[in-house]
Amino acid sequence: MPLHPLLQIVDPQAPITGYTTFIIFSIIKLVIVFTVYMVAAALLTLAERKISAWMQGRRGPNRVGGRGGWLQPAADGIKNFMKEETEPGNASQPLFSMAPALSFIPAMIVWSVIPFASPLPTRWGRVDLVVADLPIGFLFILAIASLGVYGVVLAGWASNNKYSFLGGLRSSAQMVSYEVALGMSTIPVILLAGNVTMSQIIRQQSHSMWNVFNLTVAFLIFFVASLAEANRVPFDLPEAESELVAGYHTEYSAMKFSLFFIAEYANIVTASAFMATLFLGGWDIPFTGWDNAAPFTVLKTLLTLGCFLTKTGFFIFVFIWIRWTVPRFRYDQLMSLGWRVMIPVALGYIVLIAATLLVLQAIGIQPGPMHSVILLAENICALLLFFVLIDEGRIISPAYRRAREQRILRLRGRSTLPPATEGVGK
Amino acid sequence: MDNFGLFYQFHFYLFGVIAIVAAVTFVTRKSPVAAAMWLVVVMFCLAAEYVMLDAQFIAAVQVLVYAGAIMVIFIFVIMLLNLGEASDITDVRGIWGKLLAGFVGLVLIAELGLLTRTGIPSGKYVVGRDYLGQQLARYGAVGAVAKPLYQDYALAFELTSVILLVAISGAVILGRKEFTRAR
Repeated sequence: MPLHPLLQIVDPQAPITGYTTFIIFSIIKLVIVFTVYMVAAALLTLAERKISAWMQGRRGPNRVGGRGGWLQPAADGIKNFMKEETEPGNASQPLFSMAPALSFIPAMIVWSVIPFASPLPTRWGRVDLVVADLPIGFLFILAIASLGVYGVVLAGWASNNKYSFLGGLRSSAQMVSYEVALGMSTIPVILLAGNVTMSQIIRQQSHSMWNVFNLTVAFLIFFVASLAEANRVPFDLPEAESELVAGYHTEYSAMKFSLFFIAEYANIVTASAFMATLFLGGWDIPFTGWDNAAPFTVLKTLLTLGCFLTKTGFFIFVFIWIRWTVPRFRYDQLMSLGWRVMIPVALGYIVLIAATLLVLQAIGIQPGPMHSVILLAENICALLLFFVLIDEGRIISPAYRRAREQRILRLRGRSTLPPATEGVGK
Repeated sequence: MDNFGLFYQFHFYLFGVIAIVAAVTFVTRKSPVAAAMWLVVVMFCLAAEYVMLDAQFIAAVQVLVYAGAIMVIFIFVIMLLNLGEASDITDVRGIWGKLLAGFVGLVLIAELGLLTRTGIPSGKYVVGRDYLGQQLARYGAVGAVAKPLYQDYALAFELTSVILLVAISGAVILGRKEFTRAR
């Protein structure tokens, strides 16, 4: 029932009235978003192979569809449809079939609340280019994104295979750990925007500065946590092939296997769009208020759409870039990073930002350029403090020279597990 | 909402029926993982009902906390312990236990019936029909929940959080290795 008057942003510039128009436009938007999304997820498989090839000095796919290999995703798709489906003995049949869909659907649903361009004027009224602008937009994303783990966990359990099972276990522990950091890193965004609707978050950023400058620490935490949520390197422990064959999808074949891959890319696209919206101003064009002003035109819509796609594409590229650059974590490192670094930092940052906002309010600085500059300065200080004093090169260490022997020993002692007590292993 | 009276009602009852069916299935499943998944379905339907009652925030939290976090941990534990058939792990054993459980169930149903027959109670804690709408319009979907929670009932809320903290500390202490070994 997304039709309650409260759910729609009231705008004097003739918003759509009437349920019929609303439903028709909603269906059109749904179809467009779904199509673009699916095509993007398919093309991402090609993009990943092309970019990895580029980074490793290879050519990548270059046989199907000309030298660019543009039809490779289609060829892969046809191959996967043609393959025989295998099913492990004693597998839990319904859950085994359901798991691939469960991992894919949440990533797709999230798109319904991400605004992708400035409102489009039509003769039926002003159409907000978001499928549903919910009053809890942002919490909806967190809620639905937290369900993505079911697909992986159930796939691991239903396969009746110990490697799959371990992958599922790892995944559930990892997701629960990083979800906390993910959720908490978004609280400063809410504090700053004063609201949880996506449109309000974008408006706030277009009026001051992008949140990546206002809330840099939150952005970094969010970025790392969403890498973990998308099961991407360096957090792809659930499918670590050096230990678990292929992790949770060991037993899957043909299109079901393919669906896990589509889900992974769908998750990347969603996480990228979410980051672009929360921290890079969504469809806002930087350095100008022209695109947010009242008379909306088709040109503005197209330009802002391009802006949004550029930002999302940038993050997608970064995701792929990281995959082909960074090695995988060890499992205790992963947990240690999640619980001992990300969550305390996120918590402390919430307190810091809340206090700053209160102080700024008390001394009478309104949100604006000055407000943003103060926040930016504070972020730079916080980052320096974090990396130099608290981190001490544990997570980020300079590569320009070799660390001292003593320091390496000290860091090793800190990052490994405590020495085994007697009784263990007997 | 009035334009969609039938549409609205249909979906409200649809989710209600799904929730009840899923809840019954949840109780009767033998496999713990399947049962847990049915419980997730129940929680989803409840979230949908909350949305239809204009409590979007509660709905989001329902999905986020129950379906997204608590049930994931449940499933994690079930998988980790590799629980077998439900008959091995049940607490209710023997004919008398089952009879007692059935009796308690009947009493609960009777109480529900009694409650529906008596009218809605009136008094201090009962708010008017359009109260929710006014609050939502004034404070937004989150503010309508946050304001009573953090201003009107701040003390009670903080006390509850202390109780939770005590429970968490207790769980940590019980889970420590030395404690288990000492026993």
